[in-house]
Amino acid sequence: MDYLDMTPLGDSAVLVKLGDRIDLDTHRKVQLLSDYLERHPFEGMVEYVPAFTSVTVFYDAMKLYWNRVDARKKILNQEEIPFDIAVRRLKDIVESLEVTGEYEPQTVEIPVCYGGEFGPDLEEVASRNGLSPDEVIRIHASGEYLVYMIGFAPGFPYMGGMDKRIAAPRRPTPRLAIPRGTVGIAGEQTGVYPLETPGGWQLIGRTPIPLFLPERMPPTLLRSGNLVKFYPITRAEYDRWEARSR
Amino acid sequence: MSIRVLKPGLLTTVQDLGRTGFQKYGVIVGGAMDPFACRVANALVGNDESAAALEITLVGPTLRFDSTLLISICGADLSPTIDGQAVPLWRPVVVKEGGLLRFGAARHGVRCYLAVSGGFDLPQALGSYSTYLRAGIGGFQGRALSEGDVLEVRPSNNLGRAIADKLAAAAKDAPFASARWHVSSAMMPDYRPDPVVRAVEGPQMHGFDPESVADFFAGTFQVLPQSDRMGYRLKGEPLRLADPAELISEPVAFGTVQVPPDGNPIVLMADRQTTGGYPKIAQVITVDLPLIAQVQIGGSIRFRPVSLREAQELYWIAETEWEWLKKSIFMQFR
Repeated sequence: MDYLDMTPLGDSAVLVKLGDRIDLDTHRKVQLLSDYLERHPFEGMVEYVPAFTSVTVFYDAMKLYWNRVDARKKILNQEEIPFDIAVRRLKDIVESLEVTGEYEPQTVEIPVCYGGEFGPDLEEVASRNGLSPDEVIRIHASGEYLVYMIGFAPGFPYMGGMDKRIAAPRRPTPRLAIPRGTVGIAGEQTGVYPLETPGGWQLIGRTPIPLFLPERMPPTLLRSGNLVKFYPITRAEYDRWEARSR
Repeated sequence: MSIRVLKPGLLTTVQDLGRTGFQKYGVIVGGAMDPFACRVANALVGNDESAAALEITLVGPTLRFDSTLLISICGADLSPTIDGQAVPLWRPVVVKEGGLLRFGAARHGVRCYLAVSGGFDLPQALGSYSTYLRAGIGGFQGRALSEGDVLEVRPSNNLGRAIADKLAAAAKDAPFASARWHVSSAMMPDYRPDPVVRAVEGPQMHGFDPESVADFFAGTFQVLPQSDRMGYRLKGEPLRLADPAELISEPVAFGTVQVPPDGNPIVLMADRQTTGGYPKIAQVITVDLPLIAQVQIGGSIRFRPVSLREAQELYWIAETEWEWLKKSIFMQFR
C-alpha cells in the first residue's frame, strides 16, 4: 500500500490513514485491513472502526506487552511505549495485505415506500431539480450505493453514488424527530435513519425493515463495504411488511 | 434481594465500563462517565470491576433496601444519608433491610456510582450492562430509572460475603455500618471544580492557527449548560483553523477535543457518537477523564500538554496502583 500514515488518537487508539480522499481505491484498502483485523485481531486490540479513508484501532495499552515485567521495563526505561508496539503490529499487517483485482461486495436490497406521509419532502426534491416525484423515485431506486462507513447512529450508512440529478440541500431548520426507517437526501448523499433522531435531511420515503437489530449478531442490517439498492413498494406492501415483522 | 426506587433522581442509569466491539456498527461505547469511581465502587464490594453499577447524576434518587446488602458509593459527594445519617464515600457499607438511602446537596462533583455486592441482576445487551438511552437498550429496560422500579441483586461472591459479614457484626442496631478505612485520596484523580487536565495532541492539531493552539493550552474554558454524557461543551477564546478545509469523517474517542466552526471546543465523553467530522485539536489522557466527568456546569477546565509517552506512563502507573488496590481489599478480608 503506497499511502500509509499512522497517528495516535490519544493514548489508546491508532488512526491508520490509508488514503487522503474518498474513492473506491482507498475504500478497498480500508475493507481489506478491516477484514483482516476482524479475522485476526492481535493481542491487545480492543476493536477497529473503519471510516472513509481510515481504520482506527483501539488497544488496551497494558495488554500489548508480553507480560507486566516486560511492560515495566520498557515503559519506565524509555523504550517502546504501547503506541509503538501497536504501530509495529499494524505496519506488519498492512504490509502483508495485497490489493487484488477481485472485489465482491455484498448487495443488500431495501424496500422503500416513497412519498406521502413517509416522504414529505419528495415534492420539494422533485421541483428543485425540475423533475416529477416519480422521476425522483425512479432515479433513487435505480442507483447502487456503496456503504463507505457506518456512523452517527447504529447501522446508519454513509453511502456514495447518488445521482446528482436528485441532489437537494439540507433543510434550513432540522426536524426534531425523524421516524426510524426514514430515507432521506442531504446534498449528494442519501441515507436511512435507523433510530428516531433529530435531523435536517430531505425526507423522501420510509423502509419497513429494521436497520438496527440489537438482539442479532451482527446487530445491523448494513456494514461498511455493502452495496445498497432501494426498490419501491406500495403503502399496502409497507403495512403488510410491518405487520409481519411484529 | 432487591432495591426499590422510590424517587429516580435527575438521571440515574445503570452503567459499566462500556460496550466495546460494536463501534464499527455505529453503536456507541457508553459506560461510566467516571470509570475510576465506577471500578473502585465495584472492587470495594468484591465485584469484578466490569459489573453493573448505578450512575447517579447531581440530584440523587431515593432507594429502599428490601434486603440487607453490601454497597459502596464512590465519586461525587451528593450528601448520601441512610435513615438520616450521613454515609461515608469510598468504602464498603452494609445497609440493613428496610434502610432508606437518600441524597442531598451536591457538595462536589457531578456523578457518583453505587455498586452492590453481587451486582445487579440484569441482562446484558451487546455484551454490556450500559444504558444506551437513544437506542433504548441495555441497563434497566434501556432507560433511566423511574419511580417504582425494583432492581434485583445477584448473590455476593466469597469476598463480598466476607466484607459484609465483618461489617454486619459491627453494625449492631444501626441502620448501616461502614468500614473505618477508605480508599486513599492519594490514589484518586485530583478531583476539583476547576481541574487542569492533561492532553496529547489531536490528529488535526497542526491544522489550527498556532495562536489558537497556544490559547488552548493557556486559556481557561467554562463548562456550558449544554454539557451532558455525550460531551462537555466549553467556551473560551475561540479556536481557529489555519486553513478551514472540510474534514473527512473519522472515528473519535473518549476525551477527543473537537472544534466545530464556532471555535468553542467540545470534549467528547462516554455517550459520544462513534465518528465525527470536526477537527480534533487534542485528546484528554485516559487517567484524567474522571476529572472532566466531575466538573459541574459553570465550572472551568484548563488543559496542559503532555507527550504521548508521558500519557502512557501515567496510564501504566494508574493501572499498577489499581492492581494494588484490588489486592489490598482482598488482603483485608480474605
